[in-house]
Amino acid sequence: MAIGVKVMKRPGAEVSYLRATLKGMALTLSHLWRPKVTMQYPEEKSSKDWTLSPRWRGTHRMLTDEQGRAKCVACGLCPQICPANCIKLVPGEDEQGNRYPLIYEIDEFRCVFCGYCQEVCPEEAIHVGVHYENSEYSRDRFVYDLERLCAQTHPVSTLWDPSDPKGE
Amino acid sequence: MTLFLISSVAKILVVFTVIMVGVALLTLAERRICAWMQDRLGPNRVGPQGLLQPAADGLKNFLKEETLPARADKVLFMLAPAISFVPALLTFAVIPFAAPLPTPWGDVDMVVANLPVGFLYILAFGSLGVYGIVLAGWSSNNKYSLLGGLRATAQMISYEIALGMSTVAVLLLGGNVTLTDVIAKQSESLFTWNVFPLSLAFFIFIVAAFAETNRLPFDLPEAEGELIAGYHTEYSAMKFSMFYIAEYSNIVTASALMTTLFFGGWDIPFTTWDNAPPWTPLKTVLTLGAFTLKTSFFLFLFIWVRWTLPRFRYDQLMALGWKVMLPLALGYVTIIATAIWLLHDQLGWTYDTRFALALFGLNLLLAVPLFFVLDRGHLIAGSVAEEGGRA
Repeated sequence: MAIGVKVMKRPGAEVSYLRATLKGMALTLSHLWRPKVTMQYPEEKSSKDWTLSPRWRGTHRMLTDEQGRAKCVACGLCPQICPANCIKLVPGEDEQGNRYPLIYEIDEFRCVFCGYCQEVCPEEAIHVGVHYENSEYSRDRFVYDLERLCAQTHPVSTLWDPSDPKGE
Repeated sequence: MTLFLISSVAKILVVFTVIMVGVALLTLAERRICAWMQDRLGPNRVGPQGLLQPAADGLKNFLKEETLPARADKVLFMLAPAISFVPALLTFAVIPFAAPLPTPWGDVDMVVANLPVGFLYILAFGSLGVYGIVLAGWSSNNKYSLLGGLRATAQMISYEIALGMSTVAVLLLGGNVTLTDVIAKQSESLFTWNVFPLSLAFFIFIVAAFAETNRLPFDLPEAEGELIAGYHTEYSAMKFSMFYIAEYSNIVTASALMTTLFFGGWDIPFTTWDNAPPWTPLKTVLTLGAFTLKTSFFLFLFIWVRWTLPRFRYDQLMALGWKVMLPLALGYVTIIATAIWLLHDQLGWTYDTRFALALFGLNLLLAVPLFFVLDRGHLIAGSVAEEGGRA
């Protein structure tokens, strides 16, 4: 059976070439002076039309307490929930019985930036960050250790809240 | 003799340099203007306002790898960029770009070669340009390139005729094939610029010039969407750059030609002060400025049209060339020849503003029905045959 090809009925006499051409040229000419939308990236990182969302999930940041120690208590929930298996945590315990991470490393190359680590963290210690400029000169620099995670200063993601889906 | 030699060499060097720099700037202008038309900024990083971008591009092209397809015709493949590049530059040699410059040793014509047959020279070299493209398409041993080359041949040959025919009208009015004389004839007043007495010839010329330079809406030989850049698909690095330079040199030459043939060349409008001896350096500079301004306008027009119009389909292109432009040009030459014969030989008018205005009126009369018909689109088939079988 033949396929039914839809044949468009073209307007004949009403077709305009020259007028349409001139109209188009007037339009392009008027665009020469219109405000430009280009954001000049390294100098300008946000504009009124575009800002990074506060829910953006970028590279991680570990929050610290008043003494500058990581808030992490090495409970082990984040490596447990991490779907990409990118968090390496070796727990330790001090004389008072406080748990702390001996080793806490995140492989940002494995990470899928789902933000589960932040959601699951009981101490609000590990966060995904509102940050996107991550270039490095070597691949092993992308395994962030505890010191580096604590040293990050970028804002942390607010994540998506089911009770407030539009972030109001 | 010595003056001729020295001044010729000097003019060759200067004109060559100016064209190469102009072409470089034109590539930048194209990119920036297209960006502005699309509400972007365009390349503005290298140097102030991106002025050094062409230098960066050139450097990149020098450093890139030259590729040579395994089954390519090596000799022609190497030769093709040069063949397309040289005629593009050569054509400019006969275009007068300013009033003569007085020197202590005599006046120097501001044209590289003031050929008595300047006009024929332009037509001859204009058609040579197609060889570069065809040979490039052929020698690449690539189906797309070959198709691009074939399209280029057919297109350029078709529109060459309309281009030549439209200039016949200029020759009829100018009575001479030397471009300096064509300019002199136009310089009397604003209305003796050929664009007024020969408006339709200008229309045909500009359409044909777009086709000859392979610019949108006639860039069928490249057609990146369907032919992956057509004839220069297989070219890289400096060889590719040569095609690019050739294309832009062609645009410069076409713009300069339009200026010369239809817009009074280096004539400054509204004054006759600049057209007659005694020549002074000031006159040379000012007329050079007038020429540059006019040419720049056409360069802008080329860019403007390119970023506005979509590409023709191939059969539409051919139909426009053979069924519209050629008969139009032929008919127009006949009408203009008759009109000139009437005015000049029967009524005994000499060529002046009155003569030009009479012809301008005739053009307006012709233009109204022509543009009405063209606009209704009966002459260019749509993308689907109309019901009833009429294409």
